[in-house]
Amino acid sequence: MIEVKDIVKTFGENEVLKGISATFQTGKNNLIIGGSGSGKTTMLKCIVGLHEPTKGKVFFDGENFTEMDFEQRVPIRTQIGMLFQNSALFDSMTVEENIMFPLNLFTNQSVSEKRDRANFCLERVNLKGRNKLYPAELSGGMKKRVGIARAISMEPKYLFVDEPNSGLDPKTSILIDELIAELTIEYKMTTVVVTHDMNSVMGIGDHIIFLHQGQKWWEGSNKEIAHTDNQELNDFVFASKFMQAAKDKL
Amino acid sequence: MFTSFGKYILLLRLSFKRPEKFKVYWAEIMREMVSVGIGSLGIIAIISIFIGAATTIQVAFQLASPLVPLSIAGKISRDSNILEFSPTISSLVLAGRVGSNFASQIGTMRVTEQIDALEIMGVNAPGYLISPKIIAGITMVPILVIVSICLGITGGYIACMAGSEITPSDYVAGVVDGFDGLTIRVALVKAFVFGFLIASICSYQGFYTSGGALEVGQSATRGVVYSCVMILFADLVITRLML
Repeated sequence: MIEVKDIVKTFGENEVLKGISATFQTGKNNLIIGGSGSGKTTMLKCIVGLHEPTKGKVFFDGENFTEMDFEQRVPIRTQIGMLFQNSALFDSMTVEENIMFPLNLFTNQSVSEKRDRANFCLERVNLKGRNKLYPAELSGGMKKRVGIARAISMEPKYLFVDEPNSGLDPKTSILIDELIAELTIEYKMTTVVVTHDMNSVMGIGDHIIFLHQGQKWWEGSNKEIAHTDNQELNDFVFASKFMQAAKDKL
Repeated sequence: MFTSFGKYILLLRLSFKRPEKFKVYWAEIMREMVSVGIGSLGIIAIISIFIGAATTIQVAFQLASPLVPLSIAGKISRDSNILEFSPTISSLVLAGRVGSNFASQIGTMRVTEQIDALEIMGVNAPGYLISPKIIAGITMVPILVIVSICLGITGGYIACMAGSEITPSDYVAGVVDGFDGLTIRVALVKAFVFGFLIASICSYQGFYTSGGALEVGQSATRGVVYSCVMILFADLVITRLML
C-alpha cells in the first residue's frame, strides 16, 4: 500500500500540486487521471522520488520514503517497477540486456538464471524470441511491452506506469491495459497508472483519482465515474460526443 | 557560475560513490576505454603525423643559417611535440570527438528518461554513467598522447625523407640529443588532467540537460567549448608549475 499525505510541489512560483492526499491499495489498479497540466505526472514523480515534494510525505507500506536518503531508498526502489511514457529503454542494450540490467546490479543470480528470468518476462508480455533486438528495431507497442518486462523482472511490489497508451493504436492500448491489470493480480502489486485514456479508465480503473488544477477533485471507481455529478470530471471524461452518448445509454 | 561549479563538484562526488556491483561497472569502464582509446586512434594518428611533419619543416626553414647545426631542428621539433602539440592539440581534438559524444550520449539519456529509469531502479546514475567515462579519460588520453608523441616524431622523420630542408640523419641526431625525461612527465601530467577535464565537464553538461534534441546539441557544444577553454588554462598552469 502506498500513502500520499498532503503533497505540495512547486516549481519556482508555480504551485503544481496543492496538497494532495491519497491511498493506493495493494492488488488494485490505481489510476491518476486529469487534463494536461493538471499535475498527474508530477504527482507520480513525487511518489517515486524523481521529484522531491516541497511539502508532504509518501509512505511505502508504512515506511516514510520522503525522509530517506538515496542509500536508504535503494531497498524500496528495487521493489519498484516503472514503465515510462516513451518506455525509456536503454538504447545501447538489447531487449534481453535491458531486462537483465536490474538483475545484474541487484541480484547474485547466475547468467543462465538471469537469462531464464528474461525469457520468462518476455514470454509473459508476448515477445518470446525478441531477445537480441535493439530498442530502435521495435515498434511503439513492443517497446512498451519490453518496458513492462523490464519493470517486472525483479518481481516488484509496486508498479508505476506513466501514460501507457500514448502513441499506441486502440487495440494495442487495450492489450497493454489488460497486461497491466493481469500482472497487478499475478504479482499482488500496488499499481499506479497515470493516464488520460478513457478506455483505460473504464477498463481497468479499480480506484481513480481525478486531478484538476493541482488538486484532488474526485475519487472513486470506474463504476462510479459514469454516475458522478462532478462537473469538471464529467467535462473531462465525457468530453467527446461518443462518450456522452455512451453515458446516456448507461 | 559558483552555482554551476558547486553542482559540478557535487556531481563528481556522486560519481565516485561505491558502485552497486563492481563487475557491471568494470564492463562499462572497459567499453568506454575501447570507445575513447581505440575509437580515437585514427584521428590522433593523422593529426600527429601531419603536425610532426609540418613542425619539422617550419623549424628547419626558420633555422636555415650556416651558424646553426640542422640537428637543432630535430631537437626543437621533438620538444614541441612532447610538451605542446601532442598533449594539447590531441586533447583539443579529443574534446571535440570524445567530449561531444559523452555530452550528447548522457544528454539524450536524460531527455528520453533513461536516467530517470536508472534512478527508479536504485542505480546511482552519476556513478554508473560518469565514473567509467572519467576513468576512461584519465587512462586513455595519456596513452593516446604517448602514441601521438611517437607518431609526431615519426612524422618529422618522414618530412625529412621527403624534403630537402634537413637530412634524416641530422633529424635523428637532434631527436636523441639532450633528451630530458621531465618533458615526458609534463606531457603525461597534462594528458591526465586534460582527460579528466574532457570527461567530467562534458558529462556534467550532458547530465544537466533538460528539454529535447535542441538542448542536447547545445549541451554538447557547451561541453566542448568549456573543455577546450579549461584545457588551455590548465596547459598554462601545468607548464608554469612544472617547467
